[in-house]
Amino acid sequence: MAIPFSYNLRNLKVRYTTTIMTALGIGLTVAVLLGILALVNGLRISLEVTGNPRQVLAMRQGSTSELVSFVTQEQFNTIKFLDGIEQLDGEPMASHEVVSIVALPLRGTTEDEGNMGNVNIRGLSPMGLRMRDGLELVEGRWFESGKREVVVGQGVHGIRANTDIGDKISFGRGDWEVVGIFNAGRSAYNSEIWTDGNLATTDLGRGSSRSSAIIRATDEAAALAISNRIKEDQRLLLEGRLERNYYEEQMSSAAPIQGLGIFVAIIMAVGSCFAAMNTMYTAVARRAREVGTLRLLGFSRWSIIGSFVFESLVLSLLGGVAGVLLVLPLNGIESRLGNQLTFSETTFSFQITPESIAAGLIFAAVMGMIGGLLPARLAAGKTILNSLRGS
Amino acid sequence: MPAAIQLLNLTKEYRRDSFAVTALNQVDLTIEQGEFFCLMGPSGSGKSTLLHLAAGIDKPTSGQIVVLGDDVGRFSDKQLTAWRGENVGYIFQTFNLIPVLTALENVELPLLLTGLSRAARRKHAATALEIVGLSDRLDHYPRQLSGGQEQRVAIARALVTDPKILLADEPTGDLDAASAKDILEILTVLNRDHGKTIIMVTHDPQAAKHAHVVRHLEKGDLLPEGQLPEA
Ligand SMILES: Nc1ncnc2c1ncn2[C@@H]1O[C@H](COP(=O)(O)OP(=O)(O)OP(=O)(O)O)[C@@H](O)[C@H]1O
Ligand SMILES: [Mg+2]
Repeated sequence: MAIPFSYNLRNLKVRYTTTIMTALGIGLTVAVLLGILALVNGLRISLEVTGNPRQVLAMRQGSTSELVSFVTQEQFNTIKFLDGIEQLDGEPMASHEVVSIVALPLRGTTEDEGNMGNVNIRGLSPMGLRMRDGLELVEGRWFESGKREVVVGQGVHGIRANTDIGDKISFGRGDWEVVGIFNAGRSAYNSEIWTDGNLATTDLGRGSSRSSAIIRATDEAAALAISNRIKEDQRLLLEGRLERNYYEEQMSSAAPIQGLGIFVAIIMAVGSCFAAMNTMYTAVARRAREVGTLRLLGFSRWSIIGSFVFESLVLSLLGGVAGVLLVLPLNGIESRLGNQLTFSETTFSFQITPESIAAGLIFAAVMGMIGGLLPARLAAGKTILNSLRGS
Repeated sequence: MPAAIQLLNLTKEYRRDSFAVTALNQVDLTIEQGEFFCLMGPSGSGKSTLLHLAAGIDKPTSGQIVVLGDDVGRFSDKQLTAWRGENVGYIFQTFNLIPVLTALENVELPLLLTGLSRAARRKHAATALEIVGLSDRLDHYPRQLSGGQEQRVAIARALVTDPKILLADEPTGDLDAASAKDILEILTVLNRDHGKTIIMVTHDPQAAKHAHVVRHLEKGDLLPEGQLPEA
């Protein structure tokens, strides 16, 4: 039988200041890791749920985003009659859309405070609206065709100023009135402002060319075929890709943050390991005579190692739990991330999942194991006599 | 019945680089079962070394140690641990209780290595504490006990596995006269009524009076019976 756990738990309690300090250090590391995971998760969810697997996004060849793409009326007319396109009320499900950006200050600030962020403006047709699933009007009403009206995604509404109903947003040739707030679930559309496609196109002075075309195929295989047809047609000079893939590519904007975050977490983890190790070395040195006594009473070297590693594990898991508690309030908080590809920002909410909590706790446990192993080996490696002498 | 402890031409040297210290020099000694044996001698004369060897926590340079008929030198570390648990209880000058465990839990520790149930362990531990007169202190932590009480808990812990031999290294060295007297009283009872062989190291001539046999060490040499170190 092993040395009782209460021996370790009570020792942690007896030196509670050290325990708290060390656990907090580990907790901060776990918090950083979880924060990063929550951000990446939130962003991934936001971008993953955007786009229908049956929809194809067509843009000019070489365009990385809708913002820098052109699709002429002629091109749109060609692709909207391709085979395999879903029909709705006798019309092909295709939407010719214009995308632009408008800079808005953060909520509660004004323009000259330098808190401006670019928000996507999307001009789309009634068919375009019908091609987005899960839309929901939260407040006000949808924009009317031919009127200078916009509806604002909930994500934008949450963090950007001038987006309340009745506010005026200025782009193109003048002001546009906010008439509604819409919710597009957790998709990237939540980070956009939508308006009438025809009016926006003329207003933005783009002649008959818009930014992109979205087409819905009858099924996923047809979607793939359509995207290939568009790509291969030499006259079109367009690129077709699955809408889903497009938004997944946008995830790359999270890569640097994810990389940096994980880098910081690793450095902190090494630090936390040393903190745990230091704490455990001190414990081992203080309790050398206890170790000698336990060995003399018949406890094996392995039970000594197990005991100290267990103690370190409890210490680090305490830290892990503290870390989780520290980041939990972040869960669901709206945030935003500028995107290098589209120049506009995506709003998303931090998502702390059970998986990432488990990952954080395992991370803490690994730190504790590593931090505890060397001191435990030192304690167990000595002869009984040397331990008893406290040397 | 084998002798409790037999030391045959036992020598222990500590080597440090060039010079060596002879802690025990060709010691021959037989302690019979049931004896209360007292070992005296000046500081550094090798008393603790002798106890360590008898307990199997140190290895002799040469010679043989036979405890209850077993040649301790032949045991592997693992066998030694098991053997020690069964046959030898060790009592320290500084008690060496585990501070975060209660009196009862401290005494229960050695029993965790046996197959006893929790209830049986508790019962044995409580009995051992009763023998040393601490039935009313089961749930006290070491820091809540006096030195004499701590040493009594330590004796109960050495006793709880019911070993034949108790080794005590200056068990009264850290205690006031009254507590020392209590401890010696307990050891006497354990020897007389419970048949324990006791080997006690002490500096205190009063303590030595409780023993049947008193022998002296001087610079590693075991002096003949009745002979005291010079000076
Ligand atoms: N680990 C060691 N390394 C070197 N020398 C040692 C070691 N342990 C003991 N000695 C030496 O062996 C001799 C006997 O030591 P021991 O501890 O047995 O003495 P003692 O009789 O118990 O003394 P005291 O009454 O002070 O406790 C001493 O000279 C001591 O310095
Ligand atoms: Mg000594």
